[in-house]
Amino acid sequence: MWDYLKLAIYGLIAVMAAIAASYARDIAYQIHAILVVLIAAGLFVFSLRRVGEEKVIETGYMDGPVRVGVALTAFWGAVGFLVGTFIAFQLAFPSLNFGWAEGYLNFGRLRPLHTSAVIFAFGGTALITSSFYVVQRTSGARLWGGNLAWFVFWGYQIVILLAATGYLLGATQSKEYAEPEWYTDLWLTIVWVAYLLVFMGTLMKRKEPHIYVANWFYLSFIITIAMLHVVNNLAMPVSIFGSKSVQLFAGVQDAMTQWWYGHNAVGFFLTAGFLGMMYYFVPKQAERPVFSYKLSIIHFWALIFLYIWAGPHHLHYTALPDWASTLGMVFSVVLWMPSWGGMINGLMTLSGAWDKLRTDPVIRMMVVSIGFYGMSTFEGPMMSIRAVNSLSHYTDWTIGHVHSGALGWNGMITFGMLYFLVPKLWNRAGLYSLKLVSWHFWLATIGIVLYAASMWVTGIMEGLMWREVDAQGFLVNSFADTVAAKFPMYVVRGMGGVLFLTGALIMCYNLWMTVKRSPAAESAHDAQTAPAE
Amino acid sequence: MSKKPIEKKEPETTGHEWDGIQEFNNPLPRWWVWVFYLTIIWGVWYTIAYPAWPLIKGATAGYMGYSTRAEVAAEIDRFTALNGELEAQLASADITTLEQGTDLHNYAIQSGRATFATFCSQCHGSGAAGNVGYPNLLDNDWLWGGTIEDIQLTLQHGIRSEDDADTRYSEMPAFGDDYLSDEEITQVVNYVMSLSPVTKPDADMALAAAGETVFVDNCTSCHMEDGTGDRSQGAPNLTDAIWLYGDSKEAITEIVTTGPFGVMPAWSGKLSQSQINAVSAYVHQLGGGE
Repeated sequence: MWDYLKLAIYGLIAVMAAIAASYARDIAYQIHAILVVLIAAGLFVFSLRRVGEEKVIETGYMDGPVRVGVALTAFWGAVGFLVGTFIAFQLAFPSLNFGWAEGYLNFGRLRPLHTSAVIFAFGGTALITSSFYVVQRTSGARLWGGNLAWFVFWGYQIVILLAATGYLLGATQSKEYAEPEWYTDLWLTIVWVAYLLVFMGTLMKRKEPHIYVANWFYLSFIITIAMLHVVNNLAMPVSIFGSKSVQLFAGVQDAMTQWWYGHNAVGFFLTAGFLGMMYYFVPKQAERPVFSYKLSIIHFWALIFLYIWAGPHHLHYTALPDWASTLGMVFSVVLWMPSWGGMINGLMTLSGAWDKLRTDPVIRMMVVSIGFYGMSTFEGPMMSIRAVNSLSHYTDWTIGHVHSGALGWNGMITFGMLYFLVPKLWNRAGLYSLKLVSWHFWLATIGIVLYAASMWVTGIMEGLMWREVDAQGFLVNSFADTVAAKFPMYVVRGMGGVLFLTGALIMCYNLWMTVKRSPAAESAHDAQTAPAE
Repeated sequence: MSKKPIEKKEPETTGHEWDGIQEFNNPLPRWWVWVFYLTIIWGVWYTIAYPAWPLIKGATAGYMGYSTRAEVAAEIDRFTALNGELEAQLASADITTLEQGTDLHNYAIQSGRATFATFCSQCHGSGAAGNVGYPNLLDNDWLWGGTIEDIQLTLQHGIRSEDDADTRYSEMPAFGDDYLSDEEITQVVNYVMSLSPVTKPDADMALAAAGETVFVDNCTSCHMEDGTGDRSQGAPNLTDAIWLYGDSKEAITEIVTTGPFGVMPAWSGKLSQSQINAVSAYVHQLGGGE
């Protein structure tokens, strides 16, 4: 019965998408509708061939989506870093905005592709993948909802596909980190609710009496992102057959909603979610207990309470009223210690296992990741102070800050997670080459240092040049002067990107060879041991 | 957990265990707690001192009397207090008689430089050396005249500006649109190239000889018989070494075929009179002023 219902649903979606494609009012919408037709038709054929097949009731941990997720995380990482490196060179050498590709591959189109590829494709896939693994292991239960986990996984990949192709074809609602248009937003909402159900369902049937701290962070990330996503994307489509939509909010209300969203995308996607990852993989890799249970409770609640108010610091000295800007700044500064709680818990978990830093490059990666987390969560509150912000805002300092967080913290902890998971998931005795992990570690670390240092230099320089006035109070520099002055640092930044990308490609090779060449583990890993259902 | 025996006495764990992960029951680090308290105390003080808490109407103003608008106003006041007198003088000054070395002249140059950097450098370059299609303002070659009054008039009304009825206007035809055949265009391009010292070596003299007739029939009303141009129509001198749209054969052919239509905005209304005077004085003293 369910088989036939599925076929009917896929068929209906394919037909409706085909109708939408033929009435489409713009190219992005048309191509997206055609993609939907192809996906639905593919699923229809796939299901048709399996109608009436004996259903095997699977038990044990559900690691299928985790395995695919590990591979796709590595893939999206490489794509995101590649596009990032390319657009870094586009800024240094504008002739790389090729005339023949104008309107598709120029900086304006590729920049959101880069940010979304790194945050949502690489980071998002890493979060979904790791949360599926962690919630099962720490609950001693198989993922709830059967194939719903597969729906979440592939549904999210469709969001990435629609978003990425949309940017190149010009479908954007021009809200930073929320660029996809209305139909992609609707689809993501459905996928996200399913994600929440799978995660909550698994927690509900856990065998352990308590919920592990990593799962608090994952859950806060899933719930808050749902709320942020829905509110910030409230919009009315101009036509049901077109990609364009009109925002519900306007003016300063729109700006405030956008940065409430934008800042908490950083707070709950890139901080809370990744802290969930840290809280599982660091103690596992170090084989040490977590430093302090009390600290994890206090810093968790303080972090999620304070983060949500910090958004207005993105709008200092704008049309936003002063009171809102003050509150945003104060909450950001008070957020400093709650953020550092995670750093302390991560680093102190290693006390008693510091010797592993010498022998285990994966631990080294995690330590550097936590170090960059600590640095950027100090830098962030500092930059939110109005007086500092008057210098740093709109400059490359912001870009440097974001990348020390994204490359250093999110990137490195995800690499650690991948190095931990691949031998476990494919039942290997160990990684193919620890030496290559060391290479990756050094290339990535030096890459980040080049990136962050060059952006601090150009950021502060351009901030000072913009505000420089002569004795009579006249501006000294034209905007073009500041752009010209930044050129050498732009090249250094691009080189940093090349190193980071090279490291990631070495990782992809190493992981591939681990699956292909590493000897099988002698005893089956706990990954393979099924929990009693 | 760890395979090595641990010599130091380990703190107690909470007794929970998930997939082999345990938790120590360590207290909160004291320094962490104290810094957290300090930031909270600072935060409470700050929200009393500065505008912060929203009320039903408006928000608390803070006892320091701070506002970002007041900050901007204070900076503008400081500038006005420093320069108000010179600014007023400059707005009504006869810029043709500004005397070098006076405070007013220095002020005009500084103001003009800053205004130029903000509004003019996008096209003319931050050093005023121009770009393809945007004249170099450092040299002696002026399309519409290089006296300070000429520059001022150009600034006020722009060139081919849609927003200003008194704008400087002229239009070179697109000779590729039915006026001249491709052959005639090639001929006249070679003739024009033979006029200028930089392009002469690349000109085909046989074609140039044929092109002279085309030039006389079509171009002389603006560019004059000797090709030296006419400033009253903004028609450039073709005999010098300066080529606004490039000195290659392709660039010149393109210009003759499609006709250039360079536009400069009219700045009166957008800039104050004193700013226009300042930019006129600044551009005039860059090197080429007449």
